Amino acid sequence: MSDEILDEITASDYKYGFTTDIESDTVPPGLNEDVIRLISEKKNEPQWMLDWRLDAYKTWLAMVEPEWHNVTYTKPDFQAVSYYSAPKQKKELDSLDEVDPELLRTFERLGISLDEQKRLSGVAMDVVVDSVSVATTFKKTLAEKGIIFCSMSEAIQEHSELVRKHLGTVIPKRDNFYAALNSAVFTDGSFCYIPKGVRCPMELSTYFRINEANTGQFERTLVIADEGSYVSYLEGCTAPSRDENQLHAAVVELVAMDNAEIKYSTVQNWYPGDAEGKGGVFNFVTKRGICERNAKISWTQVETGSAVTWKYPSCILKGDNSIGEFYSVAVTNNYQQADTGTKMIHLGKNTKSTIISKGISAGKSHNSYRGLVRVGARAENARNFSQCDSLLMGDQCGAHTFPYIEAQHPTAQIEHEATTSKIGEDQIFYCNQRGIGTEEAIALIVNGYCKDVLNQLPMEFAVEAQKLLEVSLEGSVG
Amino acid sequence: MIKINNLQARVEDKEILKGINLEVNPGEIHAIMGPNGSGKSTLSSVIAGREDYEVTGGSIDFEGEDLMDLDPEERAHKGIFLSFQYPVEIPGVTVSNFIKTAINESRKGRGEEPMKAREMLAKMREKTALLEMDKSYLSRSLNEGFSGGEKKRNEIFQMAMLEPKLAILDETDSGLDIDALRIVAGGVNKLRTADNAVVVITHYQRLLDYIKPDFVHVLFNGKIVKSGGPELAHELEEKGYDWIKAENA
Repeated sequence: MSDEILDEITASDYKYGFTTDIESDTVPPGLNEDVIRLISEKKNEPQWMLDWRLDAYKTWLAMVEPEWHNVTYTKPDFQAVSYYSAPKQKKELDSLDEVDPELLRTFERLGISLDEQKRLSGVAMDVVVDSVSVATTFKKTLAEKGIIFCSMSEAIQEHSELVRKHLGTVIPKRDNFYAALNSAVFTDGSFCYIPKGVRCPMELSTYFRINEANTGQFERTLVIADEGSYVSYLEGCTAPSRDENQLHAAVVELVAMDNAEIKYSTVQNWYPGDAEGKGGVFNFVTKRGICERNAKISWTQVETGSAVTWKYPSCILKGDNSIGEFYSVAVTNNYQQADTGTKMIHLGKNTKSTIISKGISAGKSHNSYRGLVRVGARAENARNFSQCDSLLMGDQCGAHTFPYIEAQHPTAQIEHEATTSKIGEDQIFYCNQRGIGTEEAIALIVNGYCKDVLNQLPMEFAVEAQKLLEVSLEGSVG
Repeated sequence: MIKINNLQARVEDKEILKGINLEVNPGEIHAIMGPNGSGKSTLSSVIAGREDYEVTGGSIDFEGEDLMDLDPEERAHKGIFLSFQYPVEIPGVTVSNFIKTAINESRKGRGEEPMKAREMLAKMREKTALLEMDKSYLSRSLNEGFSGGEKKRNEIFQMAMLEPKLAILDETDSGLDIDALRIVAGGVNKLRTADNAVVVITHYQRLLDYIKPDFVHVLFNGKIVKSGGPELAHELEEKGYDWIKAENA
């Protein structure tokens, strides 16, 4: 097969590139203590929250932007970013009828009709457009079980003590440059609390969108699963086309107490920039969970967007017998760069972790897996299995693997497997011969390659993710 | 059905087919035999439309249409099926998902509606039974970890599902033990109708004991040098290819 076919296949325009006209209330660009005070005041926050933000800001000022990752980009000008943007409509909504119709249309164009979601899949969604939540559904059902699922702003008002107790406990303010920045200026995000022994009856889902030009997104998410509880949380993102780079630095913290389980799934499709590598979202995210005794955290992610991705959803296996899992598909095309992976920190006895990473590189993109498995001095019988596969399309892209292993206990068992493959002409011809066109064939092969990860996603999300993979790699047909 | 006229093809600078003439009519079974390197697999690849081969002359006419301008998948939509000598593995894609995609893409290519799920399922059940395959085949990754015999059986299963007009079986007997050979050949025979045709490419007479050809052709050095009835296959089995080589040296 000639390279032209691959070029054609991989030269796909971003299909979700459009903007909606929703009036926004935006703070002028720039960052200083006054801006932070303004954000806190606009959100009517308690004093402790403001103090926390200011402390984070001071920490951030003393930090430098990291450079160890395998990506190159022009560093954002933090004084050119606007740190707060909210759709003007801010009143509480009880039903979708009250949501701005323009916004609903946006979701429909993305194939994410809230109505459909509500009716068909029983998903309660906390929709975040830019920084403020505008619709929350199924709240009542959840409330009956004592489950709290709301925006972070609301949680700071209504569940101040819970937030105060856990915020920053998994990812401290000084954890890294972007986490510190987020801690200072985060505007909204999601908060979730599952009480003791409660199994959350539905998938909790948040759709993020970046909608305001030049607005940095600083989402803050905190999920707390109390003893013996279970929750499956879904996060999905799409963003409109932009010429200028948009900075996104989210922080997600998960707390799984004794015997609790959290399943956190992400489908990420932010604007990756055009075929020449112009524009696109910078995605510098910190995600980490902590497992107490017998607890389990699973991260599943399908990443197809962003110009630059820098993301390592991690697990601290603190409690004995706790389990951490990481399942990832990362697709890069054109000039996209991704440096992504996970950290599994084994501290407790008999802790187990599994890492399945599937990278797909096309165009002129670079895709790196970076993972750390650390077994602490008291982590007797810790086990890890890692599998890192790379799939290359064409001959101008790159796949890189950086596995780090640190074992401080002699009983540790760590396995690492890695493969690199190309979609073969033989495979494509075989599909062609059976009547399957080249584009369909690539979609089929890629989906098969990612199956182990896609299988981890809840059903309705898996279908969407599969579609996204196809869209990300297909040519500009239709 | 298919009419191949003075077909010449090469891969890179090497000329492989040097003027093939062959006509196959509905209901017929043709066997193409010949020593290694005579061009048998090239011929099947060129009919199926593989791009690695450059056709330098001649024509292939399929049901009145010139095949040369068609992509491999379009040829498949028209009813050409190639059973591969070395079927490829596609990890993570189940046999049932693959065949479902193949059938529905072919139907789409012909402007037809996708097959109903229930019909698809019934058909899969029927065809697995025909080829004495366990149903668990359907949920295995395509050809991944399949034995040689399982791969070939899976090819014929796909042929049974797709119901092509012209099936080309490229060395389908290689890698099969005698029981598998009987089942695969039995399957091919049961799929025969007055409207479809089969071209069997093989080294050995053995498969032709089960799939009885109407015509046998000997391919040597890029040309069909001898054609005859089933008795020609026996003659080859008895004498080997040396006399052919000697005659055409």
